[in-house]
Amino acid sequence: MSRITEKDVDYVAGLAQLVLDGPTKAKMVKDLGEILGYIDKLNELDTTGVEPMMHVLDMSNVYRQDVVGESLTQDQALKNAPKTDGAYFLVPRILDGEH
Amino acid sequence: MEYEAVIGMEVHVEINTKSKVFCACNNDFHAPPNTHVCPVCLGMPGVLPVLNIGMVEASVAVGLALNCKISRWSKMDRKNYFYPDLAKNYQISQYDLPLCHDGEMEIDIEGGTKRIGITRAHMEEDTARNTHTIGTRESGVDFNRCGVPLLEIVTEPDIRSADEAFAYLTALKQILQYLDVSDCNMEEGSLRAEANISIRPKGTVEFGTKTEVKNVASFSGVHKAIDFEIRRQRAALDKGDAIVQETRGWDADKGITFVQRSKESAHDYRYFPDPDLVPVVVDEAWEQRIRESLPELPRARNHRFQAEYALSPYDAGVVTSTRAMADYYEATVKAGAPAKLAANWIMGDLQGMLVERKLDIAQCPVTAASLGEMIRLIEDGTINGKIAKDLLPEMIDSGKSADLLVKEKGLVQISDRGELEAIVRGVLDANPGPVEDFKAGKDRAKGFLVGQIMKATKGKGNPKLVNEILERLLAS
Ligand SMILES: [Zn+2]
Repeated sequence: MSRITEKDVDYVAGLAQLVLDGPTKAKMVKDLGEILGYIDKLNELDTTGVEPMMHVLDMSNVYRQDVVGESLTQDQALKNAPKTDGAYFLVPRILDGEH
Repeated sequence: MEYEAVIGMEVHVEINTKSKVFCACNNDFHAPPNTHVCPVCLGMPGVLPVLNIGMVEASVAVGLALNCKISRWSKMDRKNYFYPDLAKNYQISQYDLPLCHDGEMEIDIEGGTKRIGITRAHMEEDTARNTHTIGTRESGVDFNRCGVPLLEIVTEPDIRSADEAFAYLTALKQILQYLDVSDCNMEEGSLRAEANISIRPKGTVEFGTKTEVKNVASFSGVHKAIDFEIRRQRAALDKGDAIVQETRGWDADKGITFVQRSKESAHDYRYFPDPDLVPVVVDEAWEQRIRESLPELPRARNHRFQAEYALSPYDAGVVTSTRAMADYYEATVKAGAPAKLAANWIMGDLQGMLVERKLDIAQCPVTAASLGEMIRLIEDGTINGKIAKDLLPEMIDSGKSADLLVKEKGLVQISDRGELEAIVRGVLDANPGPVEDFKAGKDRAKGFLVGQIMKATKGKGNPKLVNEILERLLAS
């Protein structure tokens, strides 16, 4: 029944930058498997003629006019920074310039 | 073996709205670090991004200019990744339902034109800028650029050479500048181009393994990087090596591409609809309103100038190279200057003088009406071309009109037959040697005499009349 293996959990945890211990991993295998099982159940429904739902909100076109408003000051912006030189947020040196 | 290159381009353009794409911060990141920031673009938890309508309209305008279909219904998605240029660990972008799709653009290639398919153009947010100080163990992050509206434009793999890629980028930039949606400054990163390049044996249809070249700072750099990459891939295949799918950077100093990231470390972005942002619905009426607001685009204007003003394809191309120059040209013609003469003056003397003064045509101190007037003065014989060439820089530097300067400096051309004939006779009497030479068959002597006559008239002699009188007197 379980279509989820420990390898799948490792992969997803890796993408989310999570380190899971043995018992948590086992629980995740079970939980994720159950979620997919539920989706399988939903898939049994005949959805012929039903419009796909692309978004959870039943509204559209909510916009902001293109007007400049107030920003934070530099001091305010950096106030919660774990490390700063007074102008920049400082983070551990980035080697690869890409994502 | 003979190979064929298959190239697709991805271009990111920063759109010049006044405020950022999801918050009201100023969309100008040339400010002291972290001063155009707020909780939304800093990625604080619990904030609510709201899409800037100016970004939607600019994006639809670009889409229409690229002959795209505009999605009646599109949405924003989250692209998830961890990197210090985005504090919230996802970039708001568009995934499966981009705002614009299935367009095409025409470019000029040797011996004709070619259509480049536009796969899609979608809205997203730019990321923060990282700075590295050599010798430190830390990087600085400036969030001013985070949330700057970004339009990503992706082509079909229709491009076959570095020349075509260059032509595509040039034409795209020209359209974006005509639309006035971006300053397209590659050095400052407001336009960034990436090329996906593969090669395949000529005549086959299957794609080869592609590499992606990014971080190139100029169009000529893209041209060189593509050429290099095609040569590199060809040499590898000829040796029997496989092409590795990877991202490569461009080292402009060494003129080579180098591995930046291999496919193994590429991310799975786990896109999903952003629940904070509601769908974008562009109905026919809205699309039509934007379509009607589009300016005449470069190619259409170029073709019209050829038809309406009888300009050569080359002249029409130069005059329509920017919207400002095309506007200036048309205004000069409307001021009464003959079309071909106006093109010559603008492309030649005026452009040269503006370049010398580091001015753009949009900042030209001589209005189109004033240039038109100057050209009319040549046409009606008030001044000659030589005087006009001296007059134009004075007009630029003093801001005075041609008419006024001509009067102030007494530059009106001498077209009085009697007055000119007296001067010509005086010159001939004073130069019996050259007159003898001419009569003995030395044509060069005539040039000397014309020079002396123009000198005697302080450059104001009507050249046509001077020539006529001189020929008559020499023949007698
Ligand atoms: Zn902001």
